Amino acid sequence: MSVSVQITHAQGDFTLDVAFEAPPGITVLFGRSGSGKTTLINAVAGLLRPQAGRIAVDDHVLFDSKAGVCLPPHKRRLGYVFQEGRLFPHLSVRQNLAYGRWFAPRTAPRADLSRVVEMLGIGPLLERRPAALSGGEKQRVAIGRALLASPGLILADEPLAALDEARKAEILPYFERLRGEVPILYVSHSAAEVARLATTVVVLDHGRVIRQGPAAEVLGDPSVTPLGAREAGALLLATVRHHHDDGLSELDAGGHPLFLPHVAQAPGSTLRLRIAAHDVILSRARPEGLSALNILPGVVVEVRAGDGPGAMVSLDTPAGRLLARITGRSATALGLGPGVRCHAVIKTVAVAPENIGAPRSAEEQP
Amino acid sequence: MDWLGPEEWQAVALSLKVAIWATLCSLPFGILAAHTLARREFWGKSLLNGLIHLPLILPPVVTGYLLLLTFGTRGPIGALLQPLGIVFAFRWTGAALAAAIMGFPLMVRAIRLSFEAVDPKLEQAAATLGASRLWVFLTVTLPLILPGVLAGAVLGFAKAMGEFGATITFVSNIPGQTQTLPSAIYAFLQVPGGEASALRLVLVSIVLAMGALIASEVLARRVQKRVNGA
Repeated sequence: MSVSVQITHAQGDFTLDVAFEAPPGITVLFGRSGSGKTTLINAVAGLLRPQAGRIAVDDHVLFDSKAGVCLPPHKRRLGYVFQEGRLFPHLSVRQNLAYGRWFAPRTAPRADLSRVVEMLGIGPLLERRPAALSGGEKQRVAIGRALLASPGLILADEPLAALDEARKAEILPYFERLRGEVPILYVSHSAAEVARLATTVVVLDHGRVIRQGPAAEVLGDPSVTPLGAREAGALLLATVRHHHDDGLSELDAGGHPLFLPHVAQAPGSTLRLRIAAHDVILSRARPEGLSALNILPGVVVEVRAGDGPGAMVSLDTPAGRLLARITGRSATALGLGPGVRCHAVIKTVAVAPENIGAPRSAEEQP
Repeated sequence: MDWLGPEEWQAVALSLKVAIWATLCSLPFGILAAHTLARREFWGKSLLNGLIHLPLILPPVVTGYLLLLTFGTRGPIGALLQPLGIVFAFRWTGAALAAAIMGFPLMVRAIRLSFEAVDPKLEQAAATLGASRLWVFLTVTLPLILPGVLAGAVLGFAKAMGEFGATITFVSNIPGQTQTLPSAIYAFLQVPGGEASALRLVLVSIVLAMGALIASEVLARRVQKRVNGA
């Protein structure tokens, strides 16, 4: 199951001109507000008719300006999770969930209501009206409603943006569970969400795709910082070894120990960690007598000077590509350049829980 | 109802019949017109809006005369319908038509407001879940605006009960045929000793009008609650 999108659409002085392929899994459309993410996803949903292009899910053509094809939204077989939930206020949760199911073709593989209800933990809410739900509960019901329409593709437009941090943490695992079930196009401007969810990242800027590829590759590229260097951060894969009595968990990152504040996963499970670029310190010699517990050896791939005093360094470590944001002065002083060996120092407490996610699939585990 | 004389009762019963038919028959058109005005953008929209509201501003006698010209037995539409057995001139059906036209602007206004209170984003969500436009309307829009539709119907009904000018011009004032409540009040006031009858009918009118207003008020409040999801 893959989605191919090619669209040009001008709206006032904004032009959307994009082309990308979304392989199975979660494809995150990543970019700052106004980069065209919502316009793009609405075009896929059929809520907006682009001026030209072609959109197809596998060989099911949803839109083709040359062939004059433009399916109305209800014939596209999608599930759309909106930012504000958009539950029907006059229907109970149960009726909301059943809504999409009712219109699904009889031949479509039917998502099982009780399984979806259980997966999303919304059993106790079934008889309530949407007005009596919290923000997080509404979004869970909205996800269930989209799933039960037996869609060929799920669209999600910043489904967590309206929630506070605690509610975000409550919803994210559900999307992680969906990763293997149905292809998802997920709009986000949160680096943490990208890090946790994305199989593929499509980076949008001013209506254009500036980079697309596997999550770890795109996030580890110092030239792609759509939200600015402050938000940059790379993805590492690490396997839980064991949990220590002092509240730390020891992980294996490419053969090197990595200590984190206690993680919930059992030993043996592999996690995706997002390491923010500004939390990484570089050292030419292996540092001694340091409070930071995590030291990974690496080789510099690229040093990219920023507009200000900062520089972004990407380096290959045994655990994956890492980004470090340091000053240009330090980069010069340390003589950093492609091929130079150095050590990356990561503070244990710098890895926040929202940056730790379950791995996406078996083939990705080291 | 023995405090009403047979002639008075006849007028009240006829008025109710005229108003019920006028309301029921104009309601689908009212919903359609309200939807068009609330949701569509097209050339000539303000013209349509003006046309619908015209009976509200025109002297009723003008509306009645225009009805007579078009729906009278020799009028363009009246002559066309006569062979089909549909006659408006000097029949209760004509009174219903006049009442429907006069009540239409009020009905459309109330329904239009409730359409505008429905978030089109909910309708979009329904469409992405596989509902065609008709199903979106039936399962999302209509349930949400239902109290507003009822409020509009009640207002239209009240207006139909009270219509006088256009009715008397179009279908005259024939007892048992076209003599509705207001026409009967008018007729009673023209004969000596008719004041008591007129006064009783005036009371009935006040009660019906107040009841309708209160009902539409209550229903309008429920629309807001429903859309907010209470």
